[in-house]
Amino acid sequence: MTAVMEKADAQPKTGEIPSFDVTIKVRRFNPEGDAAGESYWDEFHITAYGTDRVLDALHKIKWEHDGSLTFRRSCAHGVCGSDAMRINGRNRLACKTLLKDVNPGKPILVEPIKGLPVVKDLVVDMEPFFASYREIMPFLITTGNEPTKERIQSAEQRERFDDTTKCILCAACTSSCPVFWTDGQYFGPAAIVNAHRFIFDSRDEGAQQRLEILNDKEGVWRCRTTFNCTEACPRGIEVTKAIQEVKRAMITRAF
Amino acid sequence: MTSATHGTPAVAEQVGTLDAPRSPYMRKKTTRGNYELYSWVFMRASGVVLVVLVFGHLFVNLMVGEGVKAIDFAFVGGKWSSPFWQIWDLLMLWLAMIHGTNGLRTIINDYAERDVTRGVLKGLLYLAFTIVVVLGTLVIFTFEPCPVGADPELLASFCTA
Repeated sequence: MTAVMEKADAQPKTGEIPSFDVTIKVRRFNPEGDAAGESYWDEFHITAYGTDRVLDALHKIKWEHDGSLTFRRSCAHGVCGSDAMRINGRNRLACKTLLKDVNPGKPILVEPIKGLPVVKDLVVDMEPFFASYREIMPFLITTGNEPTKERIQSAEQRERFDDTTKCILCAACTSSCPVFWTDGQYFGPAAIVNAHRFIFDSRDEGAQQRLEILNDKEGVWRCRTTFNCTEACPRGIEVTKAIQEVKRAMITRAF
Repeated sequence: MTSATHGTPAVAEQVGTLDAPRSPYMRKKTTRGNYELYSWVFMRASGVVLVVLVFGHLFVNLMVGEGVKAIDFAFVGGKWSSPFWQIWDLLMLWLAMIHGTNGLRTIINDYAERDVTRGVLKGLLYLAFTIVVVLGTLVIFTFEPCPVGADPELLASFCTA
């Protein structure tokens, strides 16, 4: 009889949402204060639900536990690319990663993305990343008179570079690249992906200039095809493939 | 900002002081040119040629005829008296050395974070390359298969004939 009673108690009451406890370990860094310049692990215990994402957990920490926790997020729906971070050692968007998918039985490790200067906690200085992006001229380059109507393109021509138009500039790929980690001089996958988007666009006429820019000692030739970028991309862009296509365009141009 | 100085050497020098909020980040210098392109293509091409050269070399030395037991001074002397094997070995030496050195150069570029470390390692690499290539080339072309006064037992058959 008692056993039956205990079992009945363990069942969630009608209307109650099942929850679980999870430990979040956040890599923190504060440029000011007592521990200035020291980065350390900070541990938080929170109660989460099956629908909670890592971003929800960070919100809960910031709103209910420690208001000084600093991180970026804007849309919170995987489009703005603000909240790329290293979760359990892999670059992901915090707003697209459910807690239940990253082994909540163990502490979940949250770190800033690697290879870029940390400003505070999970916020990094994205300027080196955007500097490379600007260098590849991410805008339409044309010659001659502007057409009176739109610039015509067939569905096949559009399909050629469709994959690389999906980039949201979250830096998950570039900051997962071991070549970028070394000295930050490599252009990085994101810049090459965005160059690819224009190089293979039939309406654009700046392909030669962009290939010239990426034919740099720090350009596409530093790619070692480790596929970290393809794996990290939250948009599912085949980043490594795009880099190889740019390489091929350079080789056919040179020979 | 000690741990936040990645890629911005200017910040590293002024630890303790805060740098300007938007200190410009610059790629060190533009290094455009076809050098890396050619080196990339060379690695692929030489790799394919080396597969043929190396396995041909191993097959002829270790499997044909008596096999590995046949290798002695006379065997090497006999091989290097033929221009065919001289060119084969020369090609193998040069391609393997350039291929390997270029590969190590790439690895040094990928892993050495400081410019000084990178420079020193590459200097040593190029020194080793030069010594091996010069010495190897010299040996292949100046090799004397029939030294005067040597035991005829040890020499190739055409020396005594």
